[in-house]
Amino acid sequence: MYPSRFSYDAPTSVEEAVAILDQNGGEAKVLAGGQSLIPMLKLRFASPARVVDINGIPGLEYHSIDADGTLRIGALCRHEDLEFSTILGNFPTLAQAASLVADPIVRTRGTFVGSLCHADPQGDWSATMIALGGKIIAQGPNGRREIAASDFVLGPFVNALAFNEIAVEATVPPAKGKALGGYLKLERRVGDFATASVAVALDVDGDVVTRAGCALAGVGGRTIDANDAISVLVGKTLNEESIKEAAEAVAAAAEPRTDHRGSSSYKRHIVETFVTRILSNIANSEQKAA
Amino acid sequence: MAPLDELKIGGMGASRRRVEDNRFIRGKGRYVDDIVLPGMLHVEILRSPVAHARIKSIDTSAAWEVPGVRLVMTGETMAARNLAWMPTLSYDTQAVLATDKVRFQGQEVAAVVADNPYIARDALDKIVVEYEQLPVIVNPIQAQSPDAPLIRDDKENQTSNKIFDWEIGDKEATDRAFAQADVVSKIDLHYPRSHPSPLETCGSIADYDRSSGKLTVYMTSQAPHIVRAAVAMVAELPEHMIRIISPDLGGGFGNKVPIYPGYVISILASILTERPVKWVEDKSSNLISTGFGRDVYLEGELALRKDGKILGMRMHTISDHGAFFADAQPTKFKIGLMHSAFACYDIPAAHLVSEGYYTNKAPGGVAYRCSFRVTEAMFFQERMVHAAANDLGMDQAEFRRVNLVGDDMFPYRTAFGFLTDSGQYGKCLDVGLEAIGYSTFKQEQEEARKRGKLLGIGISTMTEPLGAGNSREYDIIGIKMFDSAELRVHMTGKAILRTGAKTQGQGHETTWAQIVAHELGIPADDIVVEEGDTDTAPFGMGTYASRSTPVAGAAVAMASRKIRAKARKIAAHLLEVSEEDIEWELGRFYVRGNQERGVTIQDCALAAYSNVPDGLEPGLENTSYYDPPNLTWPFAAYFCKVEVDAQTGVWDVLNFVAVDDCGVRINPMIVEGQVMGGLTEAYAMANMQYITFDEEGNCIGANYMDYLIPTSWETPGFELHEVVTPCPHHPIGAKGVGECATVAGPAAFVNAVMNAIEHTGVRNVDMPLMPNRVYEALQTGKNISGMPPVLSD
Repeated sequence: MYPSRFSYDAPTSVEEAVAILDQNGGEAKVLAGGQSLIPMLKLRFASPARVVDINGIPGLEYHSIDADGTLRIGALCRHEDLEFSTILGNFPTLAQAASLVADPIVRTRGTFVGSLCHADPQGDWSATMIALGGKIIAQGPNGRREIAASDFVLGPFVNALAFNEIAVEATVPPAKGKALGGYLKLERRVGDFATASVAVALDVDGDVVTRAGCALAGVGGRTIDANDAISVLVGKTLNEESIKEAAEAVAAAAEPRTDHRGSSSYKRHIVETFVTRILSNIANSEQKAA
Repeated sequence: MAPLDELKIGGMGASRRRVEDNRFIRGKGRYVDDIVLPGMLHVEILRSPVAHARIKSIDTSAAWEVPGVRLVMTGETMAARNLAWMPTLSYDTQAVLATDKVRFQGQEVAAVVADNPYIARDALDKIVVEYEQLPVIVNPIQAQSPDAPLIRDDKENQTSNKIFDWEIGDKEATDRAFAQADVVSKIDLHYPRSHPSPLETCGSIADYDRSSGKLTVYMTSQAPHIVRAAVAMVAELPEHMIRIISPDLGGGFGNKVPIYPGYVISILASILTERPVKWVEDKSSNLISTGFGRDVYLEGELALRKDGKILGMRMHTISDHGAFFADAQPTKFKIGLMHSAFACYDIPAAHLVSEGYYTNKAPGGVAYRCSFRVTEAMFFQERMVHAAANDLGMDQAEFRRVNLVGDDMFPYRTAFGFLTDSGQYGKCLDVGLEAIGYSTFKQEQEEARKRGKLLGIGISTMTEPLGAGNSREYDIIGIKMFDSAELRVHMTGKAILRTGAKTQGQGHETTWAQIVAHELGIPADDIVVEEGDTDTAPFGMGTYASRSTPVAGAAVAMASRKIRAKARKIAAHLLEVSEEDIEWELGRFYVRGNQERGVTIQDCALAAYSNVPDGLEPGLENTSYYDPPNLTWPFAAYFCKVEVDAQTGVWDVLNFVAVDDCGVRINPMIVEGQVMGGLTEAYAMANMQYITFDEEGNCIGANYMDYLIPTSWETPGFELHEVVTPCPHHPIGAKGVGECATVAGPAAFVNAVMNAIEHTGVRNVDMPLMPNRVYEALQTGKNISGMPPVLSD
């Protein structure tokens, strides 16, 4: 478990970090929480010439909510900051996923944005971000640009960043009306990657769904964008019939493969079961509240 | 004068805090990888990427060019010193560095010795090996085929992949039992390949000093004295010039009993470079190349009378040993103590037939936290019993009660010839049934089913043979399985104790001192315990198979008693009475009839060095060798209650009750820790763990993302109970316990899940009971057999 030789940089500003990436033409990797990069270096799955450690850049640890309700998550916000956050009340999908990411040790160090950039098809946060219609803010030599979460993951372990860009922030828009949602994950053990997981995010006006978002992890070559599939709920109330219709539509959008975690049909069944459970839980708790 | 309070001096029965933890929790443990010697070099090993291939060529020239590289070794380097092959603990041979073929993925092919491990690792990438791939065998069923490629073409007279045929028991008597049976119940199981995966991997630092001819090896070994003997034989070095030091070990679980190529490579590298050479493998190397556990097909049947009495048992095992037969086990028994199956049940006749095969998988069927295949034996036993009770329509607890050996039947000769000597099996069963709430469970289960919930309860009861030897029957490569202790009491009454065992988490530094405290009344805190250095410790066979308390622990008691006998002579001298007039109470001799007039053991220790009676040798030391008259036979009764999620196949443990009778408990806290640790490993095997291979022999389970170690998050809680039946032949009445929970645990979990789902008609789901397998069984009502397939679509 000894990595190849690499140079190490510890810039103190995003501009400096971007300049190093720019000068190294794709031979440099950004180190944030290191929970994926360090193992990959040790296994020599990755052998970058330079490692650009952004942990010394001040002011990136935040997560905060704007006056309009937009959630902003900085590049060095750790998983556990979100797990123990007190301001995620309007983001139940994120709040539920936060304690299911990896294990407690990884959560102390790993970062939300880093996890998005890693673009693991089994990663939890990418699914929540796609379901919530979030965005990633990339900073390069020519300034900043926004990338929709659903356009950010291009394939397994491939994101939409250019070699000289750093993902400095993720943003999640506020719900129109009431925000409801949930996250369920089947894993063989705490810290395991998902056999299948489902993120659901709904905007509800009264008891009518005005926006429905859904994404899946572990059941495809990349995070599955199931926003179209779950849009069958828009304009409807949650009831046995609409929940069944949505669950079937989402399950059909999954692209699971058979492997040692289970057959493709089993994984599709889990997706359907989890969508049903999340939506039924929402319907039940809303009923109780009313 | 008030007698000493044994619990206050940390004697028997005290839950004394573990002495060793003080340094471990402060990061002051000293493991092999912590040791740095002046001028030390580092070795990294190149492993085969393929499972079966002829080596056409190895080009190491570019590796030699890497700055900082001191030596590049191949099979040729080893062969020049007659070290290309080494003997295994099962009288086979194993390649150190491959010369002809590679026979499993991960096999050692070449090694680089360099100034630091980074350089060595870089240089490995520069070695070019040309392989000619051969057909691959990944299970013993394939190995049986007449068309199967011959894996061990290096061995003369080896014409097939079969390693052994072995049988034990009375075939005719068993056939007669089956002829008389009302009901015959069958079961067909697979116990998947697992791995002990200690937190610390294997490693060594070899330090050969040409000027003195002395070879010192720091090594992760559970049995350093066996290693010294083996190195003397393999490396042809004189035994007195070999010193094996096993420092702190970060777990062993059987994985650190065998001798691995890395050890031999570091030794030769040190001899060739005349520098200390360190080898420490990474986790993946440990998982893919070192001693695994299990990997056995278990099939059998019971002959049953309608009233529930078992008349006879047949058992057939087919085991997969990988490319080299490197099992660590007593010589006489080819499939370990598999014939301990059904030892707790009164069955008149039994017959076991075993076949072992070579495959293109890693070698080394070690006793993973078990006494040589006892885990497989007891898993088969309790799954078989569960199926038989169901086939008879009998209650699980009642069926066991009918067949368990009764308290009045000891000593009891089992159908396979073991002699069990003590136990209260029925009492253990009752304690557990009460604790789990068995009497109301069936009603609870029915009501839950009406609400769509699937509840199940599973029982596992067993006695297992722990503490090999005796030496008449037990040896490893000819070395008899006794053990030893050396106790030196200093002038001020403090003492140092050394044994031939080697602690690796069991807490010997704590518990051995408690035995001395019990025997001599010297406070446990006044006794330091040392193990693992062959230059200082007396000869012993090491720690595995739960043998240390039964054997080395007994030696500690015997050494203490011999010291007490000598101290008695000194006491008589000090008290100016004859030895016959001396009485002993804990820590003190006194004159019979006058309890006030006495001397302490500390007084005697001082006198041993300052005021010795005429005719007595000075000093207060003893070395005892202990050859046990029999194995010890602890009993375990485990009860597990689960709820299965019918929609996902996920199962949760609602309650787990463990009743252990390991005889007299030296340190109850340590016993409880051992049981909890073992149950955690049992849960892992039942729930999530396996190492499998695809058709090309690629190992699935070569890292901790695929091979799962449970964490405290998903491991259930365990409720522990005790019953104490002292061992009749052990000096302090103790029995082994370290492995009971790993051995009896898996069947309790599996029986519980099966009880929850067998109303669908399914009879067996093989381990691991992963959610997808349980769900499939529930949906189809069909058995799920064998390893989880490595499929893709």
